[in-house]
Amino acid sequence: MANHEVDKGKRRFLIAATTAVGGVAAVSVAVPFVASMLPSERAKAAGAPVEADISKVEPGAMITVEWRGKPVWIVNRNQEMLDMLAKHDDKLSDPKLDVKSQQPAYCDNSTRSIKPNLMVLVGICTHLGCSPSPKLQAGADMGDAWPGGFFCPCHGSKFDLAGRVFSGSPAPINLVVPPHKYLSDSILLIGEDSNGAA
Amino acid sequence: MAENKLQKYMNDGLGWIDARFPLTANIKAHLTEYYAPKNFNFWYFFGSLALLVLVMQILTGIFLTMNYKPDAELAFASVEYIMRDVSWGWLIRYMHSTGASMFFVVVYLHMFRGVIYGSYRNPRELIWLFGVGIFLCLMGEAFFGYLLPWGQMSFWGAQVIINLFSSIPFVGPDISLWLRGDYMVSDATLNRFFAFHVIALPLVLLGLVVAHLIALHEVGSNNPDGVEIKKHKDPVTHIPLDGIPFHPYYTVKDLVGVSVFLIVFSAIIFFLPEMGGYFLEANNFIPADPLKTPPHIAPVWYFTPYYSILRAVPPILNSQFPGVAAMGLSVVAFAFLPWIDRSPVKSIRYRGTLYKKWLAAFVVSFLILGYLGTEPSNIWGQFGAGIPLVGGADRATIVARIFTAVYFAFFALMPWYTKIDKTKPVPERVTE
Repeated sequence: MANHEVDKGKRRFLIAATTAVGGVAAVSVAVPFVASMLPSERAKAAGAPVEADISKVEPGAMITVEWRGKPVWIVNRNQEMLDMLAKHDDKLSDPKLDVKSQQPAYCDNSTRSIKPNLMVLVGICTHLGCSPSPKLQAGADMGDAWPGGFFCPCHGSKFDLAGRVFSGSPAPINLVVPPHKYLSDSILLIGEDSNGAA
Repeated sequence: MAENKLQKYMNDGLGWIDARFPLTANIKAHLTEYYAPKNFNFWYFFGSLALLVLVMQILTGIFLTMNYKPDAELAFASVEYIMRDVSWGWLIRYMHSTGASMFFVVVYLHMFRGVIYGSYRNPRELIWLFGVGIFLCLMGEAFFGYLLPWGQMSFWGAQVIINLFSSIPFVGPDISLWLRGDYMVSDATLNRFFAFHVIALPLVLLGLVVAHLIALHEVGSNNPDGVEIKKHKDPVTHIPLDGIPFHPYYTVKDLVGVSVFLIVFSAIIFFLPEMGGYFLEANNFIPADPLKTPPHIAPVWYFTPYYSILRAVPPILNSQFPGVAAMGLSVVAFAFLPWIDRSPVKSIRYRGTLYKKWLAAFVVSFLILGYLGTEPSNIWGQFGAGIPLVGGADRATIVARIFTAVYFAFFALMPWYTKIDKTKPVPERVTE
């Protein structure tokens, strides 16, 4: 024990090494805890497609079904509503559907639907996730200029009957059209299309 | 004789403890020999009241967890069960729900006190930062707690707030998914919010409160004159000349505050527990329905100023992130006060009129934004379509935008207007 000199270089190295290894251990241990908060396997498996009976939806009416915990609207647009769709492109943020993620390729058309009259939409506002209220009739309590569509009560976003957002709304993009296909004339499958399940 | 003997036993007992734990030393350091300025006024009630409410929230919370079920199928009914079938359950539940609102009342007044007397200034910056941390924790507690009754407002409020995170560029949607633990607000979300509300955040909150008080007792309390009482000490005892022991002087004074507070608190619990929809919203008495948003959703009153700011900022480049960022900044802005206030004086008593006007503008903005946040954005109708710039826009939205600008200008311009303001001379010692 003759040498009482402290080897500072060695001490610094040991402190740095201990801190680094300890830090790696702390981060590694955090991984399972953080990951445990992600959706569980059961939550992931719960997203099965749902069927909807559309035979009783009158022209001009809509129904709501639940898919993955979200409301999905099926609107049977009448001719008057369909005629209205082309008349307000100048008031929309994205009338030509430039944001492709909001609809499958087979709905990238002027009515955003497979069958022109039947509109299928996820009823969740693209702003902050409220469910907009249907205001299907033109005019009424929404003012004379209202062409019919959906109004989000939370922050006032407005959408037309094809789920396209009016400019000036807090919502940045159009409502989502979920993957869907017709199993027959009266049965609609939501959550799966000819390309497979979503 | 017997009394002397009892005294002796007590002293022996205290000596035994003090040899093992600094009990007497702590009582002295924090109560009987903690010297607070002698000129505290009405505004100084709210710190101790905040502590009182914290204790009440913890106690009532413990008893609520004995009957509450954090399960999406059972939660709503278990709250109704507490309200109707548990003995005195209604009282405990209303104490907790009213306590949440009263917590914000006393904390906002406590913060306002800090602002007007410059209590955040050197050397109290860390006290202030711990305080901002407490405020953030409190907002978290209120938000997580509001989901637990699983009513319509609980559900859609949580849905909106969690979706705020989705707007963060690139990582946002993954963060939202991670927070919810599901693709929608669901049982998984409720269960984890329960964990955050009853254990995670309360632990952080208590830690911050302790840090807040330790820092306060290290540097000493500020006072309405904003002068340092430690500058003038008795040469022999080293006790500040303008200081008086916290106990008994301020403990007794605070007891008066507590009494008045409890009268108000009880009146609310017994006669106005919902406060006309401001403390407990009507829609929250409807069980959560993931398919239907209530026609009007608004946060509870204490969040509405920030919520107004969120609504006021329009989306930029197809992104709602600017609004979310503005809302976040409006809360965090308080943390910058110690460094953006460049005035040579601390207290409003010696500030000039320029600062007072800005402060008044800020308070008015805060209140108007708070009011607008409770109402739908079309409450005041629209401007006529013919008016340039604002034609067809919601009047309330335009008003909210103006006051959002004032709100931020109060902070952003503070280095400038506090510096050029004409201040009055500050006295050496406290004035009362």
